[in-house]
Amino acid sequence: MIEKLKLVDHVQAINWNKIEDEKDVEVWNRLVNNFWLPEKIPLSNDIQSWNTLTPAEQQLTMRVFTGLTLLDTIQGTVGAVSLIPDAITPHEEAVYTNIAFMESVHAKSYSSIFSTLCSTKEIDEAFRWSTENQNLQRKAAIVMDYYQGDDPLKRKVASTLLESFLFYSGFYLPMYWSSRAKLTNTADLIRLIIRDEAVHGYYIGYKFQKGLEKETQERRDEIKDYTFNLLFEMYENEIQYTQDLYDEVGLTEDVKKFLHYNANKALMNLGYEPMFPKTVTDVNPAILSALSPNADENHDFFSGSGSSYVIGKAVSTEDADWDF
Amino acid sequence: MAGLVYFSSISGNTRRFVEKLGKPAVRIPLHAKEPSLRIEEPYVLVVPTYGGGDGKGAVPKQVIRFLNDESNRSLIRGVIGAGNTNFGEAYCLAGDIIAAKCDVPHLYRFEVFGTPDDVRIVHDGLESFWKQQR
Repeated sequence: MIEKLKLVDHVQAINWNKIEDEKDVEVWNRLVNNFWLPEKIPLSNDIQSWNTLTPAEQQLTMRVFTGLTLLDTIQGTVGAVSLIPDAITPHEEAVYTNIAFMESVHAKSYSSIFSTLCSTKEIDEAFRWSTENQNLQRKAAIVMDYYQGDDPLKRKVASTLLESFLFYSGFYLPMYWSSRAKLTNTADLIRLIIRDEAVHGYYIGYKFQKGLEKETQERRDEIKDYTFNLLFEMYENEIQYTQDLYDEVGLTEDVKKFLHYNANKALMNLGYEPMFPKTVTDVNPAILSALSPNADENHDFFSGSGSSYVIGKAVSTEDADWDF
Repeated sequence: MAGLVYFSSISGNTRRFVEKLGKPAVRIPLHAKEPSLRIEEPYVLVVPTYGGGDGKGAVPKQVIRFLNDESNRSLIRGVIGAGNTNFGEAYCLAGDIIAAKCDVPHLYRFEVFGTPDDVRIVHDGLESFWKQQR
């Protein structure tokens, strides 16, 4: 099967001094400021910690990372690139090329982790597993299918759901290890990936909403149905994939909460109301604080009794614009 | 009547949250050419952070400009932050910075445009907060 990738049929020299959508510049700058490479993270400091994991835990970790590698490869090689012909502004096209490149950096960084921590034989086995696991392959197939479809809005939905939902069964594990003071350098690297995915999901979701504004009510209803159907399809597969990975270590239920929580955020990135109720999105606080140290309830003045409320640390971030 | 002042970029997530609260609210102008905003009553500021990096530029320039006005600054009573936990330490960082600089509590943090629970908690929380302030 050889399908030609659709290219933009008309290109004009991009003028960054004439901006149609200020979000393009803002996100470009954000992405550039966030740029990183795996070589900056001292992964070798995790070797000792890696050796404290059981063989089953090591295997789980490698499988999780090959799964993430596959998703990042799709997003870098196909996903972000497939959005370029649909771009409304030339600057949006440039942002997608940035996103595509960073996804390739993400995909490569898992290999940095592998080469630091594992033997060639173990690496080969984990990659073999990734090609043989049906639920992982199905996850990839679902997304690839929509990238090759001919509906720009549906492509953006698939892309946002990938960036903001499908990664998280995998991201859970390094946050779990980090909460137990294991593989902390690896977790630092994964946090950089998680940060990037948030900007990507936010931006693609924003462009989706801009596109949707121009559509008829009938078409909006169609896209909304499509989005929720696709999320359900992905969700069911994701639950099975989660079971494949985490049943053995008894973490499946904990991972599911993290999936619900992130599915809600994926929907919100697309402008839709969150779907999962609070009762199933109560992510393990240890995971949440591994993700963000400010996310726990001690930072909630309203529901705290006052005594538990922590005044935020004074932040030494200074912008020159402050007058006081 | 005390109120809300908020910043929201063109993506409008924070605006959407504020509208769901159903309380009087004023938006800080997005563009420098618009007249600057002058507030006369005590308020809680709602501010998003879409950042990461080293935290530089976490507080939107428009918000800095608004707070540089000493009269505006003297009326701030609290901050509510918006963002995404994916930003790690920078989650709602603009709220932290403003809270520290203006010596007011960072009352609440929510993600994207807030869940229905966030809206309820902030709605009720603000009511009792303003009662305590009197």
